[in-house]
This record gives sequence, C-alpha cells and structure tokens, in this order.
Amino acid sequence: MLRKIRIILAAIFFIAITLCFLDFTGTVSHYLGWMEKLQFVPAVLALNVGVVLFLLVLTLLFGRVYCSVICPMGVMQDIISWLHNRKKKARVRFGYTKEKRVLRYGFLAVFVVLIVMGFTSIAALIAPYSAFGRIAANLFAPVYAWVNNYLASIAEHYDSYAFYSVDVWLKSGISLAVAVATLLVVGFLAWRGGRTYCNTVCPVGTVLGFVSRFAFLRPVINTEKCVGCTLCARKCKASCIDAKNHSIDYSRCVACMDCIGNCSSGAITYARPSKVAHAKAETKGDEPKADADTSRRSFLTLASLFAVGAAVKAQESKVDGGLAVIEDKKIPARKCKITPPGSKGIKHITQHCTACQLCVAACPNGVLRPSSDLSTLMQPEMSYERGYCRPECNRCSQVCPNGAIRPIRLDEKTSIQIGHAVWIPENCIVNTDGVRCGNCARHCPNGAIKMMPKDENDPESPWFPVVDAERCIGCGACEYVCPARPFSAIYVEGNSKHREV
Amino acid sequence: MGEKKKVSRRDFLQLMGAGAAVTTAALAGCSTEKAKELSTDRGEVPTDKMTYRHMPDSDRPISLLGYGMMRLPVLDDDQQEEGKSHIDQDEVNSLVDYAIAHGVNYFDTSPRYCKGFSEQALGIALSKHKRSEFVVATKLSNFATEDQTLEASIAMYRNSFKQLRVDYIDYYLLHAIGEKENYLQRYVNNGVLNFLLNERAAGRIKYLGWSFHGTKEFFDYMLNEQPVKFDFVQIQMNYKDWHYSQEVNADYLYHELAKRNIPVVIMEPLLGGGLAKVNHKVLAMFQRIAPNLSPAYWAFRFCGHFPGVLTVLSGMTYMEHLQENIRTYSPLEPLSDDELAMLEKSAKLINEFPLIGCTHCEYCMPCPYGLDIPSIFAHYNKCLNEGTFADDVTNEDYRTNRRAFLIGYDRKVPRLRQADHCVGCGICKPKCPQRINIPEEMQAIDRYVEKLKQNPND
Repeated sequence: MLRKIRIILAAIFFIAITLCFLDFTGTVSHYLGWMEKLQFVPAVLALNVGVVLFLLVLTLLFGRVYCSVICPMGVMQDIISWLHNRKKKARVRFGYTKEKRVLRYGFLAVFVVLIVMGFTSIAALIAPYSAFGRIAANLFAPVYAWVNNYLASIAEHYDSYAFYSVDVWLKSGISLAVAVATLLVVGFLAWRGGRTYCNTVCPVGTVLGFVSRFAFLRPVINTEKCVGCTLCARKCKASCIDAKNHSIDYSRCVACMDCIGNCSSGAITYARPSKVAHAKAETKGDEPKADADTSRRSFLTLASLFAVGAAVKAQESKVDGGLAVIEDKKIPARKCKITPPGSKGIKHITQHCTACQLCVAACPNGVLRPSSDLSTLMQPEMSYERGYCRPECNRCSQVCPNGAIRPIRLDEKTSIQIGHAVWIPENCIVNTDGVRCGNCARHCPNGAIKMMPKDENDPESPWFPVVDAERCIGCGACEYVCPARPFSAIYVEGNSKHREV
Repeated sequence: MGEKKKVSRRDFLQLMGAGAAVTTAALAGCSTEKAKELSTDRGEVPTDKMTYRHMPDSDRPISLLGYGMMRLPVLDDDQQEEGKSHIDQDEVNSLVDYAIAHGVNYFDTSPRYCKGFSEQALGIALSKHKRSEFVVATKLSNFATEDQTLEASIAMYRNSFKQLRVDYIDYYLLHAIGEKENYLQRYVNNGVLNFLLNERAAGRIKYLGWSFHGTKEFFDYMLNEQPVKFDFVQIQMNYKDWHYSQEVNADYLYHELAKRNIPVVIMEPLLGGGLAKVNHKVLAMFQRIAPNLSPAYWAFRFCGHFPGVLTVLSGMTYMEHLQENIRTYSPLEPLSDDELAMLEKSAKLINEFPLIGCTHCEYCMPCPYGLDIPSIFAHYNKCLNEGTFADDVTNEDYRTNRRAFLIGYDRKVPRLRQADHCVGCGICKPKCPQRINIPEEMQAIDRYVEKLKQNPND
C-alpha cells in the first residue's frame, strides 16, 4: 500500500516535471511550475527558505521521500532499474554494500566549494534536478516536438489549428553531449546498482541523508518476525539493508517501501523505531566515478553545425517566380554575452543558475540557448538569429526555479536594458546593395533607432540607422529583422550588469 | 471555400476518426449511389460545343477559352531538382491533351513564366499534336535592362521557337507595356519593333500584339498616335475591373478596342483566383440565382459575353478547373441584363472589401530579400474573405481567429519569408502589374501581425 502510494505520487511528479520541459506552449509550466520550485538545489540557490525548511522537515518526518517522489532524477533511475528488473534473472540483484563515505562527502564538499566560489555551472554537473533537466530538454524535448510536428502536419491537412509546428534545432552541442553523457553514466549506474548515484554522488542525497538518520518514521525490521531470508536486502535498490544484522542505513534509505512490500513474513514496518539501528559505515573507494571529466573533454571536440547558403544580392530577375535563397545567420562575436531580462547581469545568473535548461525549453522565440563557455557552461545566453526577445513574453523569468532569472512583469521588461544595439556600416545593405531599408528602425519597440540621411542637406542621400543606446533595451528586434546575412548589420552587445532605462 | 472552418482539438480528433470510418465504408463499396444523389454533377464535359471566335481577316476558329501557361502544376518539393524544370510535365501533358480534345486551341505562354520553364513545358505537351490543332501565343518578355538590346531580344525571340518546337508563332506580344518612355526604350529605339514587323511580313509571326498593364495616357497613345498597326491587344478584364480597376477601367479599354475592331484577348478573368474566392455576401448573390454554380462560372461568362473578345485566358492548374471552364463556354450563354446588373453589384461589394488585389502572377518574385510576397497576400486575403479577421480584442472570436491567423501564417509562409523581413527597398514595386504598393502593404500586414502577437488576450 505504502509502496503503491509512493509509485503513484512519483509518477505524477515525474510526468509533470518532464512535461514542463517538453511543453513549448507554456501552459504546463503555468500550472505545474511549482514542482520545479520544490527542487532542493534550486530552492537553496534561490534562497527560498520556506521550501528548504519544508523539505528538511519532510525528511525529518518521513525519511528521504524527496528522493523517491519529488526528485525526477531519482524517479528516472527507478524507471531504468525497473526496466532491468523485468528481465527475470535480474529481479533480485542487489545486496548490502557499505557506505562510500569518502566519496559521498567528497562530492558534497567539492559541490559546495564550487558554488561558493561562483562556479555554479560546473558544480551543477552533478546536481540531480538540473542534470535531469538537461536530459529532458536536450533528449526528450526534440522527440516530443517531432511528434507534435507530425500531428501538426495531419492537423494542417484537416484545416485544424489544434497543433502547430515548432522548430527543432541543435541549441548547443556541448549541452547535448553533457546530457547524453549524464544519461549514460547515471543510466549505467541505475541499471547496475539502483540508487548508486543518489547515495554516492548526489549532493542532495548526502545532505538529506544527514537528516533522514533521525527521521520520525522509518522502515524497521522486527527481529522477532524476521526469518532471515535476506530478500529485503536483495531487493533494496539503495543497498542499505544489512539483513544479517537486521540494520538499515537510514542515511541512504530513500523510503521507497519496496522492502515492506517484499517481506513475506511482514517483519518490516514503516513506523517509529523503538530501537535505532546503526549501520556501521566503513570507507571503501571502489565505486565507479561519474566520469564527468572525460566526457567533458569529448564533447568539447564536437563541431558546431552551420550550413552556409548562397549569397543574396539585389539583382534584376529574368524570370518570374521562385524564392531567393536565404543564407543562415551567424552569431556575431559579442564582447559581452546577453543574459535574459530578470537575470540582473552576468554575475547574478552565473552564481545562481544550475543550467537545468527549463528556460531554454520554455523560450518560444528561439532566443535562449545553453552557453558553451567553460565559466558559464550550459547556463542560458541569448542570441537573435531565430527570433528576438519579444515584448509580450516573460516566460523564462516565470519558470526559473533558481531565482537566477527573477520574475519580472511585462511592463518592467520594457525598461530593463540587457544590452544595446551597435551598427556595423560595412554590413548594412544601404551601403552594400545601395537600397533603402530601415527595417531595424521600423521594428524597434522603444523607438531607439531613427533613420537619418547621410548628408543632412540632401534627403535623397542614403539613410542610415542612428541608435540611441540610452533608449535601447537590447531586445534584438533590429538584429533579427536585419536583412544583412550571414552577419547582421546591427547587433546587440550585452550589458554585464542590466540597467534601467 | 465557403464554410468558415473552425476546428477545435476535439472536433479534429473526431474528424480523424470519421475519416477512418468513411474510408472503411468506401472500401466496403456501398456508397456510389448515395454519392450520385448528393453531387452537383453537370454531366459529361462536352467535346464539340465550344464557342469559337475568329480574327477579322480569317475564318480560323479560336476557342473562347484560352489556356494560360502561367500557373502550371509543379512537382512535389522532394521531386524537384536544382537547375531542372520544376513543372509536373506528365500533368501538363494530360491537361493539354484534354483541352485540345474538348475544343480548346489557344495556348498562351511567355519566356518568363514558371521560373522560365513554361515555354518548354508547353512545347513538349504540344509536340504530339498536329500544328493545325492549336495556335500558340508567346511574348517578348525582356524586362531586365541588359536584355533590352536588339541582339538579346532576337535571342529571346528565337529561343521561343526552339522551346515551343514550332516554325511560326501565331500570336506574338510585346509583354506588359504601360508607360511611354519605357516602351520606346524597350522596343522602338533599339530597332526591336522593326525586326518584329519584318518577321510578321515574313510570316514567322502571324499576328503581332501587345499586353497592357499601365496608364490611360499610354493606352490612348498606343491606339491613336504611334504608327504601327497591331493585330490584337491583351488586356486585364473581369467584372470587378470593369468599373472598379486599380488603374484604367476595363470597360474603357474594351470599348476603345472594340470601336476600332481590334480583337481583345483577356487576361486575369478571375483576378488571379481572387474572383473564385469571394466573400459571403457575393457568394449568396450567386447562389440565389444558381446554387450549384461557382463564382468562377460567373466570372467567365462575363468575359465571354462581349463579342469583341477573341479568347479568355485562364491559368488552369487543375483538371477540375479546366473541365469547369470548358463547360462554361460549351457553349457560352450570354448574360441577361439582370445578370449583368447582379455582377455589377457584386463588383461593388468586392471593391468595398479591403482585399489586396494580388493575382499571384509572381512578377515581383523572387524578392531579393527572400520574402514570399504572393503567399503573404494570399493568407491575409483568405482570412479577410472568410471573415476570420481578428481586429477587435473584445470580440468573442478574437482568440480563435488570432490563433488561426498566426498558426496559418507560419504554415503558409516560413518565418524568414514573412512580412517583417520586408526592408522596403521597393525593387518589387514597379514590377507589379496590379500597381500594388507592395512595401506599404507588407508593412501594414506586419503591423497587424505584431498587434496580434502582442495581444494574446489570455
């Protein structure tokens, strides 16, 4: 019964959280975004004292149910382990192992030190929620979008607007590689040994383990009823039941209730222990290391993909019809990267973001993508080849569970300067093609760009854009609609610290 | 066309289910009789009842329905090859065969049409028919400045013979003239017109004419002042342009020509399909008279009604269009005064509707900045016509209409080819035979889209 409740709750959380990463319409996040905000590391980084206290009290009452129900990474490992269980031979494959205390505390210490030093993005490689987020955003979301696009093509056939097609594109090779590597490592560990990651690597597991030792309710073995079959230990995915000594390591127990369901003699109950069983922890260092270092090296070698089309030039056509080839835009070399409105600036987002990719998945305009810089690895940054930061959208700020992108209202957004536009005369079609343009000025939502004649006494001379950097908010409308390709003739240079205009 | 299509997600799923059910029923083979009852079938398409006209100097019958080769069927994207014709030649062959078998004998093309592949496609399709079974019209379409020399013009002219696989051309036109300076520079001062007159004298051109898109002054100049005697003139005429044209009303053009006994070839009888998709008020007027006849039927009857008209060109992409038009002219039934009055009223209603007068001729294309101009206009017009325009946020349909417009826009036009990428360079502007101020309209549509995007009204 308890086991069933745990499974149902876990399924609800897992599906809901995954959907937040998959749904590109923003509806799911709107209703279920609170589940992301319940995640431990994001809550700590957001200084969300209420949530952190709630999770600690929850653990103190019921043990590490957080790991079994709320954490999507934990549930994903259970799913992988369960798939392995479906092979008959593998049904009873676990056994008691001793706690790898050095590794556990080592990982936690490194994690904390990195965060305190401001290398949040590196630390986040082992943070459970953001690691899961990267897997969902990089691996599951494209599949979801492809299925959606297939439905959209059917819908189009029936003149229905129930589904619409979305772009699927490689946002960052590094981020994809990290997601694959994480899935492989964690998947391998889960397939082989159940909750190895949670009880050896995961910093949240270690922290909650401190508390769960003293949990009010825990699975307890009644030595009088126990027949010593050791089935509970062989079925324990956390490998924390020492059946011979009738003791359970509660710092590793994730309160999954499997042992209770499996005990044939009803010797295990979820209750207030009258006698606390202490697991004798010895240190051994033979656990496989999460080889993030090697995988990081391998993804650095991944090449980025950019198809180069033929150049477009204004020329006289000789036949009717047809479409000009549109060359893909390239990302300009920005001196300072652009971070989304609400993130206050590079320093704030670098310290608070665990690179879970929720904002990247939520961005409907193709603007946010994971960074490739080592110092801000996989944290979001902006670029405007596929769209710009539109005035009616503040989704990234709404979904961020870390407080790395603080919630902002739409009216606030119009006065936050995240960067400013810079004009490059050599690229401007007014100069290269000798035609009239002014598309940047037409689309500037703040009226920061005005077209002016080159010669102030001759209105027939070419008109070029004049940017008022003080009024510009850096939304990138000008950069996106600029007809110059592959490099726009007007682009946004980021502000390291956002300002008010 | 017709019914406004609003399909919710649930309806859509039901629709899919129903679709499956219908397929099953059809496979069971029990539905043929029912189908006959419901159909608006007008019987077999007649093969021998076509109305014919002729040139003043000849008895050679010319079918009132002429085949325009500007909107030919194209291959699916995945079958097209770079540098090769994108036209579905098999389909063109069967359309042409069918047309000839049902009495159509006038075929009109140009070196520019269909990215330049139209003449070739027509040449192939006609090659298995006897030369006496058809007449062919093509044009000197030298729009690009470097083509406007005598040599380049002759090269274009000779290439038409090669592409069409003929040794004489029945009808040869100066393509889309409309302004005196340009006309003189393009055809007169460089000796091209003289060359063509000699060709006519030598019999390689049977009739020499011109197609017109331009000002009244220039039209008058062509008829009254310039010295050359042309054999025919091609004008844009339909019941809307009769009194409500963007430039010169068609009734003026037609009557001036008829007065001088110059045969008239008609283009844009449907305004590029615009008169096939009319708004609900006009549709109701048509259906009150004859519920089963389409708007296109009325448009063609109007053009054929005038005796000075030699042939009415229609760019028929689909077999159904061809069949319907053949029916309309097999034989032509002249309009009654009431019917004429009804069409006049329709024209007024259509004119009041703020549609953009794009006929999808693609003369403006390719836009050097990648825009798909005709498709943008088509989507905008479609939403206007179907009454799904989302202009009022307080309207209860606003959200549905907004969604339909924006999703439909992305489906019809890729993002990078949408109106927001119009730079306003104006290169397209002089190319538009309908005198649409394309950059201005693009920016207006862009402002409308922007308004929709910024007002989700959730």
